[in-house]
Amino acid sequence: MDFASFLIQVLNSLQYGLLLFLVASGLTLVFGIMGIINLAHGSFYMIGAYLAFVLTSATGSLVLAIALGIPLALIFGALLEWALFSHLYKRDHLEQVLLTYGLILIFEQLRSLLVGDDVHGVAIPAFLDASIQLTEVMSYPVYRLAISVVCIVLAVALYYVIQRTRLGMMIRAGNDDRSMVEALGININMIYRVVFALGVALAALAGMLAAPISSVFPNMGSHVLIISFVIVVIGGIGSVWGALVAALIVGFADTFGKVLLPEISGMIVYLVMAVVLLWRPEGILKKG
Amino acid sequence: MNVNASLIVKLIAVAAIACVPISGESFYVELVAKMLLMAIFAMSLDLLVGFTGLVSFGHAAYFGIAAYSVALFTAKFGQMSLWVMLPAAILLSAAAALVIGIFVIRTKGIYFIMVTLAFAQMAYFVFHDTPLGGGSDGVYVDARPTAAIGSWVPFDLDNELHMFYFVLVMMLLVYLFLHRVLQSPFGRVLMGIKSNEHRMQSLGYFTFGYKLAAFTLAGALGGVAGFLYAVLFGFVTPELLSWHESGNVLLMVILGGMGNLAGAVLGAFAFEAMREFFADITKYWQLLMGGVIVALVLFLPGGLTAIPGRIKRALQGGGAK
Amino acid sequence: MDKHYKIVCNLILGAALVTTGMGSALAQDKVKVGLMLPYTGTFAALGNNITNGFKQYVEENGGKLAGREVQYVVVDDESNPARATEIARRLVTRDKVDVLIGSVHSGVALAAARVAANTKTLMIVPNAGANEITGAQCSPYVFRSSFSAWQPSYAMGEALAKRGVKNVVTLAWKYSFGTESVEGFTEGFTKGGGKIVKDMSLPFPNVEFQPFLTEIAALKPDAVFVFFAGAGAAKFVSDYAAAGLKGSIPLYGPGFLSEDVAAMGGAGEGLQTTLHYADGLNTERDNAFRTAYAAAYKAQPDVYAVQGYDAAQMYHAGLKAANGDPGKLDAVIDGIRAATIDSPRGSFTLSKAHNPVQDIYLREVKDGKNAVVEVVSAGLEDPARGCSM
Repeated sequence: MDFASFLIQVLNSLQYGLLLFLVASGLTLVFGIMGIINLAHGSFYMIGAYLAFVLTSATGSLVLAIALGIPLALIFGALLEWALFSHLYKRDHLEQVLLTYGLILIFEQLRSLLVGDDVHGVAIPAFLDASIQLTEVMSYPVYRLAISVVCIVLAVALYYVIQRTRLGMMIRAGNDDRSMVEALGININMIYRVVFALGVALAALAGMLAAPISSVFPNMGSHVLIISFVIVVIGGIGSVWGALVAALIVGFADTFGKVLLPEISGMIVYLVMAVVLLWRPEGILKKG
Repeated sequence: MNVNASLIVKLIAVAAIACVPISGESFYVELVAKMLLMAIFAMSLDLLVGFTGLVSFGHAAYFGIAAYSVALFTAKFGQMSLWVMLPAAILLSAAAALVIGIFVIRTKGIYFIMVTLAFAQMAYFVFHDTPLGGGSDGVYVDARPTAAIGSWVPFDLDNELHMFYFVLVMMLLVYLFLHRVLQSPFGRVLMGIKSNEHRMQSLGYFTFGYKLAAFTLAGALGGVAGFLYAVLFGFVTPELLSWHESGNVLLMVILGGMGNLAGAVLGAFAFEAMREFFADITKYWQLLMGGVIVALVLFLPGGLTAIPGRIKRALQGGGAK
Repeated sequence: MDKHYKIVCNLILGAALVTTGMGSALAQDKVKVGLMLPYTGTFAALGNNITNGFKQYVEENGGKLAGREVQYVVVDDESNPARATEIARRLVTRDKVDVLIGSVHSGVALAAARVAANTKTLMIVPNAGANEITGAQCSPYVFRSSFSAWQPSYAMGEALAKRGVKNVVTLAWKYSFGTESVEGFTEGFTKGGGKIVKDMSLPFPNVEFQPFLTEIAALKPDAVFVFFAGAGAAKFVSDYAAAGLKGSIPLYGPGFLSEDVAAMGGAGEGLQTTLHYADGLNTERDNAFRTAYAAAYKAQPDVYAVQGYDAAQMYHAGLKAANGDPGKLDAVIDGIRAATIDSPRGSFTLSKAHNPVQDIYLREVKDGKNAVVEVVSAGLEDPARGCSM
């Protein structure tokens, strides 16, 4: 590998890692703050991608689709929390696994009934549809760089909300000691609703942003679900920073694994996870 | 239900199952055989989930490793002896569970769920991607193992009836074995760990060792089920190790009611029957299946075996909980 | 078995058996077709199109095949090989279908083919391309109306070598279909004097292609041959164009690469692929088929619809040879073997191993269609390695 290729691979790793972070961040928030294990997180990614497809077809603009899609995802998340997840907080993790497993089946079938089973493409917004020449034959799509920028902005925004705002303080308190927060008269149920809706919206946003480069297809959620799990485990449940670090580690491991160790590239992220677990059973940046 | 009534129900159920081959419909014989082996699988997971409090979401790995060992050994060495192949398959699954267990037992709660899942995915890729596993399309098992000991052939697994009763006997043996294990001091410790691990630790128990032993045993028994699957269907595929299969067996356990061996068996039967039935009536079976799962979690937390108790309570308490 | 045991058992099971109506008598005059295809999940669209194609041919014959009314038993195989054996057994032993049509996923088809061979049931595979099905695992009872993974890729290898392309990089998903396609290509390409510079693969269904595009840019081969299908194909072609490689290093692959050309935006334009079907064949047969299909289903047919349509044609040919009696299986099989299938793709016959001997087209994406360029390999027969039939 020459030096130019190496640098481009580093760029690939960063960009892939940041996109993974976007999916995993919602998952780790819901895990960490609400103690809910949510297999349907991949479905929210899928729903986001299909929303992008449907809304872009209707409005003619991905930007508009995202602007409409985010509030829709927030409302959808809040409704789900109210109707289903709010009954699960005091229940076993096992039951959470099952409920969300059932939801995957329902969401996939509804998707099939409403939008069909074909593969669809989503157009990249015209102002981002360009490439930057890197070497004489290779160029880099501006849209991918734009996604990375959005991911970084979101990471900073999440950090700010959780560390610096009143809502974030309540969220952190809810994570640390539920009964204490309730004793202080804070409505913990409302906090949970907000966090869950935020988690759904983050996953849906990831799906919407990824739609133009990954295309939109049945079962697309299950592909990102497992890798998000691995990231959350490596990073430490509930830690947004941990998820960021872990996503970047996975991005690098996956990218360079494919090129340097093709024989085991399917397993490499799991090997990384095993090593991290031996070293730190609770993840790199366990909260609290 | 008192002990005797419950025993009588179980005996009648076994008698009814033993009679299935009389129908002469080989599809139903095979379907029930599959339900029986899935019942073994569900019981092995129940040992972890229901009795030790370890929610494993990667149990399909041990099922798949045993099933693959049958296919790969048969491909390499020709027809295997049952008396070699069955222990070998169980040992391989147990060994895998032991190694993975060392990693995962250190974790707790949600971590445990996700880490077991991730390790199962790793096993999935070994069979899906590497030359060792024979590729993504799966591998045929060209000959069922022979039960011959020297020139004496006690039974013949190629015979549909013999195969069916072999699976039935294995299921009963696993049930009785687990029943015995759970009543032993070892089983008591596991249940103690489930209700309060810290107390068990302060009582001086090395809980890591107990949990690892339970994890390995569950893997071994999951291997029994996987072995039977490979022999019965003659075809193995990486999908046997996928997280969907791990999810399905968890569903069986909770459907029947966890912490109850007979419940796991009932759950396996109910789950397989439900899949057959839904797939038969509509293309949109996933919607029904998903709906049933969601309803089950919301409205029937104790599983099917809790229904009699709930009815009784409802009658006594005039409907109030 | 002991008589008393039987009586006791019948008492226990009796009620259940009567109510479920097991083993009930069937209408004898109908021919029962078992459609074992994916109707949910990633391949659902393919399953639906195959079903449409099959039913279209039957409808063209007044709802009958060789004078027999057709009764369908439809089951969703979920593209899940772990359940395939069970589902195939259900169709064969419980529903007693006369012919099994399935499936899209190769693992599912292989599992079902094993059931068909063991139970001596006729099976026609309307898509799954695994070489083994009509190769090492071939069976007198199993036919294929589609292709072997080897066919389009080998033809592409030959064609590129003939054009004087020297150095090629290959890239595919690391699963059977991908591996077999690359092997077929390599065979045809190296035989003609070409050289594979690097053979790369990634786990199925991973779609993070960026590291490979960087590798390709560094290696600068004369051309790139890839195997991807479905959404992964659409993504790869888009990524390839976005990385600026489209203009400098030509991309080739078997036709599955360009099936979802609409999902690629403009990135697919000019892409050349090989397959046993193409748009714009403009034969009388194909035009009639397409018009009728579009009228019936309000959609344009694709290669999957053709494969379903031809599966029905093949079974029809067999039934006719057996005077409409599906029970005369040997006659049905001989009938299919001897038949020349008048397919929309162009007529084909079946090889000794029961795989179509067919023309492979070179196609080029023009205005969102896979327009035919030429026949690059006429009457190409799969070598059926490992088959002793």
